Amino acid sequence: MSWLRRVATVALVSLLALGALWLALRLAGLDATRALVALWDGSFGSGYALTSSTLVRATPLILTGLAVAIAFRAGVWNIGAEGQLLTGAATAAAVGLFATPAFGALTVVVALAVGALAGALWAWIAAYLRNRFGVLEVISTIMLNFVALYAVGYLVRGPLQEPTHIYPQSEPLPVLAQLPRLIEGSRLHWGFVVAVVAAPVVWWVLRYTAAGFRVRAVGQNPSAARVAGMVDVQRTTMGVFLVSGALAGLAGAIELTGVTFALYENVSPGYGYTAIAVALLAGLDPLGVLATGLLFGALEAGALSMQREAAVPAVVVNVVEALLVLLILAVARWRGGSAILARLAGSGSGASGDDSTKAGGGGAAGRGKARPGAPPASGTHAEAAG
Amino acid sequence: MMGGAEEFLAAAVRTGTPLALAALGETVVERAGVINIGLEGIVLAGAFGGLLAAGSGLVAGFAGAVVAGVVVAALFALFAVSMRADQIITGVAVNLLVVGLTGALYRGIYGATGAALTIPTTGTLPIPLLSRIPLAGPALFDQAPPTYMAYCVAPLLAWWLYRTRSGLALRAVGERPDAARAAGVAPASVRWMAILIGGVLGGVGGGMLVLSQAGTFAEGMSAGRGFIAIAIVALGRWHPLGVLAAALLFGAASALQFLFQAMGWALPYQLFLALPYVLTLLALAGLAGRRAVAPAALGQP
Repeated sequence: MSWLRRVATVALVSLLALGALWLALRLAGLDATRALVALWDGSFGSGYALTSSTLVRATPLILTGLAVAIAFRAGVWNIGAEGQLLTGAATAAAVGLFATPAFGALTVVVALAVGALAGALWAWIAAYLRNRFGVLEVISTIMLNFVALYAVGYLVRGPLQEPTHIYPQSEPLPVLAQLPRLIEGSRLHWGFVVAVVAAPVVWWVLRYTAAGFRVRAVGQNPSAARVAGMVDVQRTTMGVFLVSGALAGLAGAIELTGVTFALYENVSPGYGYTAIAVALLAGLDPLGVLATGLLFGALEAGALSMQREAAVPAVVVNVVEALLVLLILAVARWRGGSAILARLAGSGSGASGDDSTKAGGGGAAGRGKARPGAPPASGTHAEAAG
Repeated sequence: MMGGAEEFLAAAVRTGTPLALAALGETVVERAGVINIGLEGIVLAGAFGGLLAAGSGLVAGFAGAVVAGVVVAALFALFAVSMRADQIITGVAVNLLVVGLTGALYRGIYGATGAALTIPTTGTLPIPLLSRIPLAGPALFDQAPPTYMAYCVAPLLAWWLYRTRSGLALRAVGERPDAARAAGVAPASVRWMAILIGGVLGGVGGGMLVLSQAGTFAEGMSAGRGFIAIAIVALGRWHPLGVLAAALLFGAASALQFLFQAMGWALPYQLFLALPYVLTLLALAGLAGRRAVAPAALGQP
């Protein structure tokens, strides 16, 4: 039932945001209706648009969205999906460029595995800093994003630069290092299947396994989880960081081997940041991420066609995405909705007073040295995944 | 050689100033227990607001930058404070919103290319005598007016935060909002005010990119400066004077690329750009000097 309500909420909010877009374009003297038609045509309007634009664009958003969702569920504020994605892309490029003779037909699989591993390793730095020194991951992951960005900037002008040394990018990957097409004649690659499979796997693990239970327990109330003696909070958050980083790294490796085929600085148009919106809109539910990743993929694919067909700048889609997030926060605040959404929107379940939020679990014991920035976890009842 | 060093120092201060202003604002915000990732959007909005209002003169330009920064900050505060929404998610949404709005408005108002749009800049304002000091003089005292503002704001904020009642109240809200409330301080009002101050300073920092440096606007011209400022706050240990110094260090790191070009060195400057971030991480971990400790309630609604 709550699942239905969430779908209805997201649908309603999407309509509101698109309505606002229509009105704004109208007021700006543009052909608003034509723009929205182009948005549709470019996203779901044809088989080609769907497979070659929307689903391709949705793939990294789903994977990074999952990375963010699983992290936030554990109270791990990993906003470093962008950097983890970049390290995944860079290492996948290195594998494809240098190791293809060694691995032959398996190269692409190795590239994806190495990319995921690199993403996990990049996230491990933030996890280690948090567990060992109490460094806020919000800050450390931002910084690691920049380090990764500059590292890619260095690689494409240094060790990985194309042989003529003119352009700041790598050579295109050899065919054996490229993900095969899922549908011939389209741009859709097998990475989309990986993303579609990953979502229910993450959902199942979170919901039905002991590890998933520990993740949810830590996210709900780290101090209670610790005091109850059943959860090693540090180990759990470390595991969450690693899985989250691996998912984002995988997204980067897939983007490189399936879409761009070459490494360059702007290989990600901010997927790792958009992923936060994707995860939030899904209520941090992995299955929901599948849907919202698709929604955002469609919006971004449609925006390009909107720019082509109706001369509406594609960047307005960012406004729509932002409106979606803000509206969903407002709705969750207003209705007290699901516990997770309510927590993210700041209203406790049934209690909105500041003191109850404090008492809900963000109290001093819960955020000792290793847990500054812990979410207040005011949703007191256990949040089921569905 | 002398000329190169002088040029390098001047470039360090020049690139460091917008970072310093934004980071000083964020220092106040974070001292009140709020982490405003939306700072990136505030800086970008400040740049665009500066461009929009620059037609009526440079003072109007800076006023426009401040208004734009404050409006974005108010939106963030509305959600993150009044509605107690998650600060990180609100910040991300605010950034998306500003990137989209400024990009669309810029193209809408100035055409798809927006090329050749130039506006007059403040230029530099050498301070008599001080700017004649060898080496450091031109670097520190032959700069755009907002640089001098940063010099003044940093000690002013330090005095306010550490020597006044209201500064103490603000820091208390950042450490233990419940205790502050019990002592008769309203955390929500304090946080609103802190975020608006962050909007003013972030707006000026963004405005000066257009009005004092580039003389033009480009989509996404904040180019991560808001995020960098958040790193700077941490490196500066949440103290205004430390933050000013840290901003100049980050400025110096990015100025290295100019120095390298001037010297004809082919060193990969990206590695130097990444250096301050690594340094910040080490500082946060306590591996580089005294450990930097964040306000206890940072990030909590």
